[in-house]
Amino acid sequence: MSVVGHQPPPFFKRGPAPLTRLAFFVTLSLALLVLDLRFRYLEVARQGVAFVLYPAQRAAYAPVELFDHIGDYFTSLAALQQDNAQLKRKELEAANWLMRQQHLELENQRLRQLLDMQARQPVPARLAEIIYTARDPFSRRVIVDKGTQQGIAAGQAVVDEAGVIGQVTRTYPLQSEVTLITDKNQAVPVQIVRNGLRAVLFGASGGQLELRFLAANADVVPGDLVVTSGLDGIYQAGLPVAKVVRVDRDAAYTFARILCEPAAGVERHGQVLILGSRGSLPPQIEEAEARDKPAKTRKGRKRE
Amino acid sequence: MSQPTHSSRRILLPVRQWFIVFTLLLALFLSLIPLGHAIGIPDWVALVLAFWSVREPLRVGMGAAFVLGVLMDVAAGSVMGQHALAYLLLTYGASSLSRRVLWFPLGQQALHILPMLLATQIVMVVTRLVGGADFPGFGYFLGSFTGALLWYPLTFVLLLPQYQPIEKDENRPI
Repeated sequence: MSVVGHQPPPFFKRGPAPLTRLAFFVTLSLALLVLDLRFRYLEVARQGVAFVLYPAQRAAYAPVELFDHIGDYFTSLAALQQDNAQLKRKELEAANWLMRQQHLELENQRLRQLLDMQARQPVPARLAEIIYTARDPFSRRVIVDKGTQQGIAAGQAVVDEAGVIGQVTRTYPLQSEVTLITDKNQAVPVQIVRNGLRAVLFGASGGQLELRFLAANADVVPGDLVVTSGLDGIYQAGLPVAKVVRVDRDAAYTFARILCEPAAGVERHGQVLILGSRGSLPPQIEEAEARDKPAKTRKGRKRE
Repeated sequence: MSQPTHSSRRILLPVRQWFIVFTLLLALFLSLIPLGHAIGIPDWVALVLAFWSVREPLRVGMGAAFVLGVLMDVAAGSVMGQHALAYLLLTYGASSLSRRVLWFPLGQQALHILPMLLATQIVMVVTRLVGGADFPGFGYFLGSFTGALLWYPLTFVLLLPQYQPIEKDENRPI
C-alpha cells in the first residue's frame, strides 16, 4: 500500500540509532579532549560553564563550611592559648628582622643605584584563603577565594608563611585555581642555597618533590635548602621551596634521584599570599629569534 | 516490601520526566560538595545516570550524558571531555544491557553495575594518563565499589515516587 507522497506513519520515530548517537557524541568529546589538552582553546567555554555552576558550587560548599566552623568553635581554650603564645614569640623573633629590613632595603636600593642596576620592584601581594581541594584526583590543585574581580591573573605565584606552595593556573570571576608544586606537571626553577646550583623541581608522588636533571655527581646532600632561582620570571628569586631529604646516586643512570620535602605547608589548608606578577622581563629567546627573522628574509630577497 | 523487577508482581506508576532531570541535577549537586581527595566517594552522577539508563533507556540518552559530563568536567577542574566520554560509554552500555540487568534481583543487578562503573573510571584514567597526568593510586577505584553497594538503597529511593498504594482487592488478578 505504498502511495507516492505517503510516508509511513511516524509511530516509532526515535531519531538516529543509539550506536550512531554514541559515535557522534564520542567524536564530540574526543574533539573536546584534544582541543583542551593540546591547544587550550576551551578556557572561554569553561569560564561560561563555571559561571553557571558557581551558585550551586557555593551552595554545595555551605555544609562543609558549616562543619569546619563547628570544628573551629569547639577548639579548646588550651589550644588557642598555646597558639597565641607561639604567635607572640614568633612576632618578637620576627620584629628583630623587620626593624632592620627597612634599613637594609633602603641601603640595597642606594647600592643598586650606585651600580646602575635595575631596581628590584616591590611586589604587591594579596591575601587569599584556600577554600577547598579540587576534586580532580589526577592533579594537585586547590581553589582560593580570590578571582579576576580582585585582580588575580593566571601565572601568579602563591606562597604561605614558610615558602612557595604553587602557582595560579586558572582564574574564574570570584575564585581561582592554584596548582600546587607537588603536582606532577608543575615545574619550579630553583637553586640550592649552599652552592647556587640551578635545577628544576617537579612534583613527585606522595606530596614530595623531585629535583630532576641533575648529574649523578652533582653536589647535593640531604639537608640542603632549595629556593626559587627567579629565572622563569614568575617566582621571585629566593623564596624557600623545599629541603632535600634523600639523594640516590646510581651509576646506571645519568641523573641522580633527589627527593625533597616541601618547605611550605603545601597540603594544608589556610591562608596564602598571592604575589603580584613581576615587572618587565628580558626578551625571551623566541622574541629574539622573531626579531632576527626579518633580517634573514631581507637577505633572501637580496639574493633573488 | 518486595522490590519491583521484571519477575516481581509489583506494578509501578510511569516515571515522570521532571523527576529524572531532578535526580540527575541532585547527583550533580552532590558531586559538587568539596571533599578533596577522600577515597571511596562514589561518582553520584555516574551512579544515577546508570540507574536511569537501566530503568528508562528511552528517556535518558547520550545527550544528557554528554551535558552532565561537560558540567562535571568544569566542576571537577579536569580536562574537558573526560567525564563526558566516560559517561557516554556508561550510558550506552547500561541502556543496551538494560533488558538483561532488570531480569536479575537487586543484588545481582549491583554485580552488573560494578563493572560498568569500573569501566567508567578506567576510561577516565586512560584519558588522563594519555594526557600526561599522574596515576591516582588504586584507592581511586574504591568509589565504584561503594557505588555498587549503594545500588539497593538507590533503587528504593529513586523508585519511591512510582510506588502506588497497595489496595487489597480480592477480585483483581494482580
